[in-house]
Amino acid sequence: MTTRIYVPSDSAALSMGAEAVAHAVSAEIVSGKLDAKLVRNGSRGLLWLEPLLEIETPEGRIGYGPVRASDVKAILDSGLTAGTSSDHPLKLGLVEAIPYLANQQRLTFARCGITDPLSLEDYENHGGLKGLRRALDMAPTDIVKEVTDSGLRGRGGAGFPTGIKWKTVLGCEADQKYIVCNADEGDSGTYSDRMIMEGDPFALIEGMAIAGLAVGATKGYVYIRSEYPHAFHQMIRAIEIARDKNLLGVMVLGSNRIFDMEARLGAGAYICGEETSLLESLEGKRGQIRFKPPLPAIEGLFGKPTVVNNLISLATVPVILAEGANHYKDFGMGRSRGTMPIQLAGNIKHGGLIERAFGLTLRELIYDYGGGTYSGRPVRAVQVGGPLGAYWPESLFDVPFDYEAFAAKGGMVGHGGIVVFDDTIDLAKQARFAFHFCAIESCGKCTPCRIGSTRGAETVDKIIRGERVVENIDLVRDLCETLRDGSLCALGGLTPMPVMSAMDHFPEDFDRKPTHAVAAE
Amino acid sequence: MTVHTDIDRSPIDRGTPEKAAAQSVTLEIDGISVTVPAGTSIMRASSLAGIQVPKLCATDSLEPFGSCRLCLVEIAGRRGTPASCTTPAENGMKVSTQTDKLAKLRRGVMELYISDHPLDCLTCAANGDCELQDMAGAVGLREVRYGYDGENHLGQTKDESNPYFTFDPSKCIVCSRCVRACEEVQGTFALTIDERGFASHVSAGMNEDFLDSECVSCGACVQACPTATLMEKTVIQHGTPERSVITTCAYCGVGCSFEAELQGDRVVRMTPYKDGKANHGHSCVKGRFAWGYATHKERITKPMIREKITDPWREVSWEEAINRAASEFKRIQQKYGRGSVGGITSSRCTNEETFLVQKMIRAAFGNNNVDTCARVCHSPTGYGLNTTFGTSAGTQDFDSVNEADVILVIGANPTDAHPVFASRMKHRLREGAKLIVIDPRRIDLVRTPHVEAQYHLALMPGTNVAILNALAHTIVTEDLHNKKFVEDRCDLADFRIWLDFIKRPENSPEALSKTIGVPASEIRAAARMFARGPNSAIYYGLGVTEHSQGSTAVIGMANLAMLTGNIGRNGVGVNPLRGQNNVQGSCDMGSFPHELSGYRHISLDGPRTMFEKDWGVHLDPEPGLRIPNMFDAAIDGRFLGLYVQGEDIVQSDPNTKHVQKALASMECVVVHDLFLNETAAYAHVFLPGSSFLEKDGTFTNAERRISRVRKAIAPMAGLADWEATMALSTALGYPMNYKHPSEIMDEIARLTPTFAGVSYDRIDELGSIQWPCNEKAPEGTPIMHMGGFVRGKGKFELTEYIPTDERTGARFPLILTTGRILSQYNVGAQTRRTENSVWHEEDMLEIHPHDAEDRGIRDGDRVALMSRSGETSLHARVSERMQPGVVYTTFHHPGSGANVVTTDNTDWATGCPEYKVTAVQVRPTNRWSQWQEDYEEFKAVTMRISDPKVAAE
Repeated sequence: MTTRIYVPSDSAALSMGAEAVAHAVSAEIVSGKLDAKLVRNGSRGLLWLEPLLEIETPEGRIGYGPVRASDVKAILDSGLTAGTSSDHPLKLGLVEAIPYLANQQRLTFARCGITDPLSLEDYENHGGLKGLRRALDMAPTDIVKEVTDSGLRGRGGAGFPTGIKWKTVLGCEADQKYIVCNADEGDSGTYSDRMIMEGDPFALIEGMAIAGLAVGATKGYVYIRSEYPHAFHQMIRAIEIARDKNLLGVMVLGSNRIFDMEARLGAGAYICGEETSLLESLEGKRGQIRFKPPLPAIEGLFGKPTVVNNLISLATVPVILAEGANHYKDFGMGRSRGTMPIQLAGNIKHGGLIERAFGLTLRELIYDYGGGTYSGRPVRAVQVGGPLGAYWPESLFDVPFDYEAFAAKGGMVGHGGIVVFDDTIDLAKQARFAFHFCAIESCGKCTPCRIGSTRGAETVDKIIRGERVVENIDLVRDLCETLRDGSLCALGGLTPMPVMSAMDHFPEDFDRKPTHAVAAE
Repeated sequence: MTVHTDIDRSPIDRGTPEKAAAQSVTLEIDGISVTVPAGTSIMRASSLAGIQVPKLCATDSLEPFGSCRLCLVEIAGRRGTPASCTTPAENGMKVSTQTDKLAKLRRGVMELYISDHPLDCLTCAANGDCELQDMAGAVGLREVRYGYDGENHLGQTKDESNPYFTFDPSKCIVCSRCVRACEEVQGTFALTIDERGFASHVSAGMNEDFLDSECVSCGACVQACPTATLMEKTVIQHGTPERSVITTCAYCGVGCSFEAELQGDRVVRMTPYKDGKANHGHSCVKGRFAWGYATHKERITKPMIREKITDPWREVSWEEAINRAASEFKRIQQKYGRGSVGGITSSRCTNEETFLVQKMIRAAFGNNNVDTCARVCHSPTGYGLNTTFGTSAGTQDFDSVNEADVILVIGANPTDAHPVFASRMKHRLREGAKLIVIDPRRIDLVRTPHVEAQYHLALMPGTNVAILNALAHTIVTEDLHNKKFVEDRCDLADFRIWLDFIKRPENSPEALSKTIGVPASEIRAAARMFARGPNSAIYYGLGVTEHSQGSTAVIGMANLAMLTGNIGRNGVGVNPLRGQNNVQGSCDMGSFPHELSGYRHISLDGPRTMFEKDWGVHLDPEPGLRIPNMFDAAIDGRFLGLYVQGEDIVQSDPNTKHVQKALASMECVVVHDLFLNETAAYAHVFLPGSSFLEKDGTFTNAERRISRVRKAIAPMAGLADWEATMALSTALGYPMNYKHPSEIMDEIARLTPTFAGVSYDRIDELGSIQWPCNEKAPEGTPIMHMGGFVRGKGKFELTEYIPTDERTGARFPLILTTGRILSQYNVGAQTRRTENSVWHEEDMLEIHPHDAEDRGIRDGDRVALMSRSGETSLHARVSERMQPGVVYTTFHHPGSGANVVTTDNTDWATGCPEYKVTAVQVRPTNRWSQWQEDYEEFKAVTMRISDPKVAAE
């Protein structure tokens, strides 16, 4: 029997040398005349173990990692013959049994890292297309109801109920409607969108097709950030395959329904992750914020009713349709239903993706999963929800991962990225960075964001230098108010979150003394 | 003298455009209840309630943008502080525009603005006229706590490349108003915001100078700029104006309303008037900026006379000049007969002045030898539309284009010749209206940002009638015509005859395709699109009229409009784009030899008797000479005296050598003009004219809109044109004694049924009036032929295609066609004397690369251009805008001699010259043509003015 050997083609694995490992495996297969097949799967999300090489055995898939190309021969020698009893030092045992993975509740990421991402057959064998098949037999209002009932909320960060958004678009009369997937995943410490595109692209395609059926849209676009070349090419290949196999096109899965989609590469602006800027960019214009109303659901892409959803929201739709709203809804807590793919990053020992029902605490995530800092020093702060998320001290680590619970403490879940910092972090510099980030990434349309971000960075610099610290802290607080209440979009509106949280939770870092002596008189 | 100034200052800027909606909403703003059309912004609603919400990026000429964040408000029951410019008013809303929270936010925003703005208010060109300054005051900004040592945009180099305005990036607040004006109002898309965040900045083109970019210098950006960033150079030089006069532009037939802004008697700037109904606050480079000719050093401000045209001019008093002219005309009439003199009215002068000149000719000369330059442009429009519809004018107002679904542009180049209307048309096209362009040349409209013609039918010059017939044939034979409209509204006997004619196979696209040079399938497709409309509108220009079958083509368009039911409502119609500011008016005012004002034939006893009674003279019932007849008669020795007001016939009329010969044969030529124009070289008396800034009167634009011209400064030569004509008439023995042009208008109204309701008071009241204005239509008539044609039933006339006599052959294998360019106007007498010459220094001959290659012509080479009439030389521009076999030039510069080449062929009905088709040959040359050399020499002699100081010695 041909043994399948898995080496991920996920970007994180590639960055750790997966390509060389894959080459080494191929070379072994050819030269050793092994009865084996190399599969380039997605990542399991255990990033500290990448490249994670897996060998199929009757007992299950045995993992080795992190693997270097030079390890390959020895691993294959023992792994192929000895199987579970291989004694290679990099052997991790059954991958499914690794606690980091075993303790997850994978719905959206159920196939990621397991299947061959570009095999539609593999996709279907692992539960794929079940949701779309069901949707094809449903009335649009019923599909929308199913998604509404599941409690799914926008995973891009805003947390708006997906079903409600779809209902608005369904209710619009138009000759053309669109589904737009926001895959401009620019938040620091996030990579779940990329993992799906690289590891399970058909999940997104299926989700978008279901969305199209639900709202009456026949065309979809996935807008992918320019820094994701692998994901972009993987999506293009997956879309071509989907078209070939009639998953996309004028007869979706042999029905009389139409849905097709394209992948589009962004032009390198964080702001294009904001939905109205994204639409401008998709239309071929400069990525600049549109004011709302009108909502994109009513006047979106090319002025037509448009569903703009985050990739994770869309990729979660197939499982909701396949297993039913209640199955999904049964996960989670409060108004945060289902699971959330949380991404651990920064100064963390075991960085990776953890899909779990809402309700886990930060402490569990950072210590139980993450194993504390990579540097081994104490954790001093985490930033949750990307560069516009709050900096939290350890005293808030017991807040459960939940939209409302986070908001109540002045933070946000965002896209589920957690960046961990140890005790060497200077929160005043992080506050400055927040302004600086906003200055670089602002579209430049509204005044608070365009000028305020630069003035903010300058003023924090003055604080760091110890200049008129009290007055300048007041000024930064006033500026934050102007940004929060005066900005046109969330970039300017949320920049105060990291700044204010840093000042509120870590005041000692802002209590500076002049760094240089006053010039001698 | 009555002084009409400052009737109305610019209206309040309500921040966002007016919304038309059937439903209205009522809301409460700061405790005041206000009801507005649904869709109106809270900002506009506030303004209508008398509350001005602070704003910088909003202005009611542009769609809301929501960037400055000064206009934030609070709404009861809603989260946050939404921008009032982008938030629609809703029923029952309770809005607060002033709260402590809002005040703090606004100050916070303003503090940021000022932290990156120069603090040179006192020496700034916008001091006192700066919205940023106003807003800083309005929000109570008292300090900038950020200091001024942070990153900033100060001290950048100004872009002074445009001759009329300066771009100072240091003063820019990046509100995007200029960018949006360029897009929304002008439709050129020359400006953008480059980079992002703090680095965001306005960029012309790809970070080019304004002059090198696609900018067409319309001034919309300057108008929109709330600061001193985009500023007129005249204001930088002189300071802000202290008074303004609302008047009408003296360039093209769009007739834009302007505010002439002055300091004392110096015009500081001309700004488009927002309430002007022809232009709605928009302008083009000519009207907005190219008014410097009015005070150009070459302006002649003293009357002059001379014995022979080879003598130098001698400055004299008005009295002496007028007496000389009068005595010469009298002497000539005595010697050669009453019909041996005549006059030409001006399409650039006011209605009142034009009316007076024709009155003088009919009453004082005692003959009907009066004609006007409309002869050489839109006389076929008058003939064709009068025949079919019953009125010699366009059927719509400009606003009608906002409702058009299919726009057919034929023989017109709106973006160059009627730029302000072209912007409106482009706006409608961007909204989704479809476009068919019928033109031999790929005019800009065929493909311009966010506008692309569905069909460009690049026909051979001279085949308009053929293509119009082929379109009508398609519509009829494919059964796409509007039978109900034809049955209800048109004369059916005529229609049946026409139907038999148009159905003939020789009128099919297939039969005519080769002649026209356009595939039959394209003609058919365009015909279907036009027929399906539902609202299809025709816009045309001199490319239709200036042909041997000009009148036939106008009739063909009228037939097409009737056939498809596209007459008598908004969004449709047959619309001539008139060339000169008052060419409609000069026709209306009885400038043609056969017609009294209001297009009534001189031979009709009723109207003539009315005039005779009013004027107290006997009028000749026989029509007089047309311009070409005057020339012929002059060469025959039967026509020896001519009074020409504001018209340069030597440069503008075809076959220059023929015109020159005719003028040289005359004994007394009186030229009344601003400049010593080409015709003045043949004149014996020169009367200095007054510019539009120097007199009162009215102009009538292409949509029949009568607008006031208001005197901003005193006539530089002492007399306005109407006063000079009065003096001449009086000296001729027919006294005239009007104290103000309003009295002339009263006379026009008294004698002209279509003007019966027009008076200066009424125009002041309504802003402007579209004739007919009378008891039936007391506020004028924006759309004509609603419910029925003026002539009763619409008349289908046969339009058999007869090719022009002007044929290409071995000697003259190419066809020359002529046109216009944006920066120059007509003969260029005005625009050549402005900085507009930076865009168009000389007339060029456009030639297709194939034709150029055949002849060894490279881009920029001097080429000889010859026809059966004459030869001139120009520089070549190799361009694919032309199809092979067709060359193109403009006639803005006299030395180009474009009309040396054009022929004597004319429209069969009206004598309008066939400027648009001349068989020519082109070859490389390295010298001027003989005509050009002779003409330079001749002008050196005939244009001399003797120096009074030298003469005194």
